[in-house]
Amino acid sequence: MMNRKKKIVVIGGGLAGLALAMKFCERNGEVTVVSYQSLKRSHSVCAQGGINAAIDAKNEGDTPEKHFYDTIKGGDFLAHQPLVRDMCYQAPAIIHLMDRMGVAFNRTGEGHLDFRRFGGTLYNRTAFAGATTGQQLVYALDEQVRRHVHDGSAKTLEWHEYLGAVLDSEGICRGAVIHDLRTDEIYTLQADAVVLATGGPGQVYARSTNSVVNTGAAATTAYLQGAKYANGEFIQIHPTAIPGQDKLRLMSESARGEGGRIWVPRDANDKRNPKKIPESERYYFLEERYPLFKNLVPRDVASREIYDIVYNQNLGVSGDPMVYLDLTHKSREFLDNRLGGIMDIYTKFTGVDPRETPMKIFPAVHYSMGGLWTDYGPDNDGLIDHGSPRNQMTSIQGLFAAGEADYQYHGANRLGANSLLSCIYTGLMMARGIMNYTDSLEKSVEDIPSTVFDDTRAHWQNRFNDIKKMDGTENPHKLHHELGDIMLANVLIVRDNKSLDKAVHEINDIETRFKDVKCLDTNDWANPSPSFINQLYCMIHLSKIITKGALMRDEFRGSHYKPDFDLHQPKDFDPHEYIDYLEQKQYGEVSQEKFPADHLTYMKRFEENNEKWLKTTVAQYKDNQPEITYEEVNTSLVTPRPRKYD
Amino acid sequence: MTEKNLTLKIKRQDTPGAAAYWQTFEVPHRPFANIISCLMEIQKSPTTGDGKKVCPVTWDSNCLEEVCGSCTMVINGRVRQACTALVDNLEKPITLEPMSKFPVIRDLQVNRERMFENLKKVKAWVDIDGSHDIGEGPIMTDQDRAKRYVMSECMTCGCCLEACPQFTLDNAFLGAATFNQVRLFNLHPTGEMKKEDRLNAVMGEGGIADCGNAQVCVEVCPKNIPLTESIADIGRQTTWQAIKNIFTK
Repeated sequence: MMNRKKKIVVIGGGLAGLALAMKFCERNGEVTVVSYQSLKRSHSVCAQGGINAAIDAKNEGDTPEKHFYDTIKGGDFLAHQPLVRDMCYQAPAIIHLMDRMGVAFNRTGEGHLDFRRFGGTLYNRTAFAGATTGQQLVYALDEQVRRHVHDGSAKTLEWHEYLGAVLDSEGICRGAVIHDLRTDEIYTLQADAVVLATGGPGQVYARSTNSVVNTGAAATTAYLQGAKYANGEFIQIHPTAIPGQDKLRLMSESARGEGGRIWVPRDANDKRNPKKIPESERYYFLEERYPLFKNLVPRDVASREIYDIVYNQNLGVSGDPMVYLDLTHKSREFLDNRLGGIMDIYTKFTGVDPRETPMKIFPAVHYSMGGLWTDYGPDNDGLIDHGSPRNQMTSIQGLFAAGEADYQYHGANRLGANSLLSCIYTGLMMARGIMNYTDSLEKSVEDIPSTVFDDTRAHWQNRFNDIKKMDGTENPHKLHHELGDIMLANVLIVRDNKSLDKAVHEINDIETRFKDVKCLDTNDWANPSPSFINQLYCMIHLSKIITKGALMRDEFRGSHYKPDFDLHQPKDFDPHEYIDYLEQKQYGEVSQEKFPADHLTYMKRFEENNEKWLKTTVAQYKDNQPEITYEEVNTSLVTPRPRKYD
Repeated sequence: MTEKNLTLKIKRQDTPGAAAYWQTFEVPHRPFANIISCLMEIQKSPTTGDGKKVCPVTWDSNCLEEVCGSCTMVINGRVRQACTALVDNLEKPITLEPMSKFPVIRDLQVNRERMFENLKKVKAWVDIDGSHDIGEGPIMTDQDRAKRYVMSECMTCGCCLEACPQFTLDNAFLGAATFNQVRLFNLHPTGEMKKEDRLNAVMGEGGIADCGNAQVCVEVCPKNIPLTESIADIGRQTTWQAIKNIFTK
């Protein structure tokens, strides 16, 4: 049908977008990468600790199957299993590929890749380049894409913003509306497919570990255009970040992977210099409460424990909401070699050297497990058919999503060092499916009437003209901060329906006040104000998705912790009992003698809860509100069971 | 509130061709505030010290933890990243200017496209056969890896070029950041296969021979990259390449 090359528009220059761009160029396609800023500056550079692959370099018996299980369990069984399994099986090849591209991964004495520990696993599975692994991976992919730009197969549109998809009369995505952030021009790009690799939405909380560009606006626009948004309420709170005004700077999990210990003084009134507090007077609460995983419990668990120590036990350092992350028992040389990047960040922003003094840290909003709903094509071996056009396609035909912008890989809680993997994996994996999708189209983009493009462009031009005319009394940046305050106060680590309900109303107030916003700058050159107002509008809608999803989900799963619905796992419970229980049930009666009574009650409640809530949350835009429904999760490979890390 | 006010003098420019002008802003002085958090305060209340309502100042930033390279500007006369410029450590009043060696876009934003174009000129990448699975990467000692890692932390921020007396708005000098990339890729076992291409690219006009050895690049690099070592090393490599070229052409 088409004699020309297949052409796609990739929105976002982070790991997912760059990986896809490279792969699509190799498949002889034509790619335009649209980026809000210069390439090399995307939020992926902030990832620090590493990227997971079960290469078993330390002869511990690690396998991709174990990586798969750890990831599924870490995500509290909410992720679609064939996808996660496929990702884990592809991981070793991805690491070797990145190594071939020249990523400066730390190495062993023999010159092979070195690996370290991370949360939620007992294996050394994380490859790393110092403590700036994300930056190094972005640079390597950016270099490959630059090579394709040099050869003429890829094109970049930096300092351009994605505003929305161009949908034809059948609702098929035929291109993208682009806003030139310098000239203010708004125009459309025709494409056989559009891919949103636009990252996460941390700015909805105003202060998080996320970068300035992470507003989630592109994904939200897709939702406002009819795409499904899934699992929005699952927001990861990273246990260790430096408190700050403009940003909460991440202190990588690798600090604990390399031996860092979390503690507080046993006595809340102990004001001594931490180095002077003897070991016996320190409370290493993660080590005591989780003797098996110790400081490397998954992030949701660690954040809840720190919250408990600070707010329920009142044991925060000097009465402040902070705990110690201590690496002072390690040598300077070791720390500089393996964690240099984060040692520098801590020193520069606090003026304190973490090689000499324990760091003071607190949890911070970090990652969205949720994102645009995307599809997948399973094969018959419990893996993914990489040629399936369904892979990574949103519920809008022809519009795809990848990386943090999608929802499929981390369930209810992401394991550390799996985000870089899921970003690169999705980017690489989806290329062939997109090629096949474009082959399957009955009508080519050239057959679409030009009015479809003209009308969409006009819609967005009008929208921006209207924004520029906004002359109310509300400052959009202050309003953004207030929205963030609402989310931080009510939709964070510990959730309850009263606060969530309050947040829903407060967000509605913000939405009302949004109509009275003032556009602070009406110039038509390099003017960020109208864009920000449009992004704020999106953030308000995204905060509704997150909050309503959280309000409606009456259970405790992964990062979504509602104490009122905690099933209270008995202390001496072994998750294997649950497998026995299910097996007995399958063959008839459950023996009442075999299980302690409280275990049996717990297991029954666990099973009932899963029947009701082991579901993907799906939000769809209806009457200005998210309409929430639930979908089945693919648990065809591993039986969901209670999580346990102690 | 016990906050004292902080004064910022900012050099502004509306469009690339327009004349620059200065405005003064007062923002609350909070503990651990950095230049970006001050600029964010101006966005929340874009009024000058003498009460004039103005457009908010525009600037580039993203990660706010000195790994993305966006927020380079000249602060109190010194080029650096704005996110790590804590106001407590700065002399007051604080002055902010855009970099002078790149064309101004608006206010504190400049166009650093030239740096990215230079990466193409020197082929700053490893020529892999393709991204399909063809096994492991080359064996490398951790010492060599560590040497490369330090160089590969370059964020293309432009500090070294702003400080360099040789690098100007209108000449073709490639500058320290680019020479460092040549060394980075020439040190990689696969990258080395295109070593000659890279060296020939830095031998012409604006190449390594134009470096005046002022050594200020290394002083301003926020990532402490040994830029002068890279320059010296590329100088040696190009000398050998030049000799080789005589005998092979």
